[in-house]
Amino acid sequence: MTTLVQESTELPAPPSKPNGVGEHFKAYLRRVRGGEMGALPALAGLLVLVIGFSIVRPVFFTAGNFANLLPQSAAVTVLAMGLVFVLLIGEIDLSAGYTSGVCAALMTVLVTQHDQPWYVGIGAGLLTGVVIGLVLGTLVAKLGVPSFVVTLAAFLAFQGLLLLIVNEGNIISIHDPVLLAIGNKNVPVLAGWIIYAACVLLYAAVQLRRVLVRRRRHLVGEPASVTALRVIGLAVIAGVGVYALSLERSFNPARTSLKGVPIVVPIVLVLVVVLTFVLKRTTYGLHLYAVGGNREAARRAGIPTDRLRISAFVICSTLASISGFIAASRANSVDPNTGGSTALLYAVGAAVIGGTSLFGGRGRILDAVLGGLVVATIDNGMSLLGSRAWLRYVVTGAVLLGAAAVDALSRRRSSATGLS
Amino acid sequence: MTSVSTPAATPLLELRGLYKSFGPVQVLRDVDFSVYAGQVTALVGDNGAGKSTLVKCVSGIYGHDAGEFRFEGKPVTIHNPRDAAALGIEIVYQDLALCDNLDVVQNMFLGRERRTGIVLDDASMETLAAQTLSSLAVRTVASVRQRVASLSGGQRQTVAIAKAVLWNSRLVILDEPTAALGVAQTAQVLELVRRLADNGLAVVLISHNMNDVFAVSDRIAALYLGQMVAQVKASEVTHAQVVELITAGGVRNLGRSAGAELTDVRLEDGDQL
Repeated sequence: MTTLVQESTELPAPPSKPNGVGEHFKAYLRRVRGGEMGALPALAGLLVLVIGFSIVRPVFFTAGNFANLLPQSAAVTVLAMGLVFVLLIGEIDLSAGYTSGVCAALMTVLVTQHDQPWYVGIGAGLLTGVVIGLVLGTLVAKLGVPSFVVTLAAFLAFQGLLLLIVNEGNIISIHDPVLLAIGNKNVPVLAGWIIYAACVLLYAAVQLRRVLVRRRRHLVGEPASVTALRVIGLAVIAGVGVYALSLERSFNPARTSLKGVPIVVPIVLVLVVVLTFVLKRTTYGLHLYAVGGNREAARRAGIPTDRLRISAFVICSTLASISGFIAASRANSVDPNTGGSTALLYAVGAAVIGGTSLFGGRGRILDAVLGGLVVATIDNGMSLLGSRAWLRYVVTGAVLLGAAAVDALSRRRSSATGLS
Repeated sequence: MTSVSTPAATPLLELRGLYKSFGPVQVLRDVDFSVYAGQVTALVGDNGAGKSTLVKCVSGIYGHDAGEFRFEGKPVTIHNPRDAAALGIEIVYQDLALCDNLDVVQNMFLGRERRTGIVLDDASMETLAAQTLSSLAVRTVASVRQRVASLSGGQRQTVAIAKAVLWNSRLVILDEPTAALGVAQTAQVLELVRRLADNGLAVVLISHNMNDVFAVSDRIAALYLGQMVAQVKASEVTHAQVVELITAGGVRNLGRSAGAELTDVRLEDGDQL
């Protein structure tokens, strides 16, 4: 994971200096000290949590628990991905949690009570997400109502809508095998390895292409050895993960075999690749960063800022609906609490813990993944410790507050270094 | 109006009889303004004299009530910022309009990115940005992949100016480029301003600082309460005379001592001197 971090914060050293690994690393340290910490706090936190929980409860560090952790984190992670888009432009969507609940409930009701196939349910849920995002975004961008107020109102209203859909508090179980598989089943071991190989090859190809393009144009880039280290690092870490998940983790393999990568992992991976591409490699993504950094500058540069802001809300609500499907599948049902209670705060926390700024202009999809893992690890570890629910809330709240404080501090730090 | 410094050359941009009012408030009255390629024209005037309004009319942000625009001697119309950009008019705003969270290349190409298909063509943009900076002999920016947040005030100004130059612009208007800078950085930016003109661009420099104005400009245009009270060669006026133009709108003995051919120096009431 460490290797992934360097990718986004990488900067070429000044051309005159020798461009070695040591030099590159020093430049990286300089930036970290200057307040560009990237994913370092999340990684450090994750490491501390994993080591701590493993010592206190050895069962934490088993393939079985690891395989639980990933589906547990998936719903929060996907919701956090959506929030990254909204946070990037300096807005907030407090209704994202209940948006996911409404979409999931709609999907479930269509499939279980109206006998529609699963894809119709999912399609209707996605469409609902798009419409919700359009409405929220238009209110914020065109009418100029602060997003905090719009989405707080929507937070309440969607809670009511969810109650309406589930008929005043019924729990609706999901029986469709496809929908249940999303959050509960694993891909075959062989498929897991094929996905692994594809991902590593794709990553290596993208990196290699970038090195070649820069070299052809005589541009200074990071040393090839660093690029190679990054690719190898990803291959090793992901390889260990896939291997661990491919082990038999059923207590009674003769009856039911339980092995392979959880299905949510490739779903999250596809989202990570597609959304990262959109944010980092397209004009659209760049303009989102510009709007978050300095909306007036973006407007003067001819960027349609209103349309861009609406689109960020649409993406957020759509991803929220996907998050809702995962959560419903994991819980095997929807109820008036789907997407409610801690879902939204966990997701905002995940994005911020990962390094996305609450002040706009800074954030990555990878942040949501790392932050989602941190939040899920706390949840998972604390329940293994047998902690009371109140303690889990307090600890998660404290971690969220800590992450927001780190965000504010690093922001002050970087503006201070910017002036010197 | 007769051009003062180079009577033979056609001004790159010439405004005649420009009027602009906001409701009942007449902000610009019968303003003539000429800008020449290869020269720095300083636009001076007190707060509220109409400098910003004039610039915004030129850049198409504001419309104008009456008046004629000529670009290279040909009549043109500027209705919106796109018209101005199409003519090669670029403006560097006082508040810079840079995104702190983006790097130098991304800022320079903001809104006009190069793409191959739907993918950003980072390498070619980086090459072009580096070329532009080196053509302006900018050595203060170590890496074009630096975030703007990490740059000093002078470096930011440099990036903003380079961004304006990148688009084959013909006329660059700088709004108070040295207002927030220290001594050394001011010198660097002024040097850059001079280099733009020496590269053949027409430069308009809005400034309150007389030292800056005399350090780089070839011509000085003074606005007073919405009227153009003087367009003179910088070498033919003194520091004190320009201050008087700014504060009182006219100077009794302007140009006489120097023997300059002044044709467009008016008193506050519009009398020709």
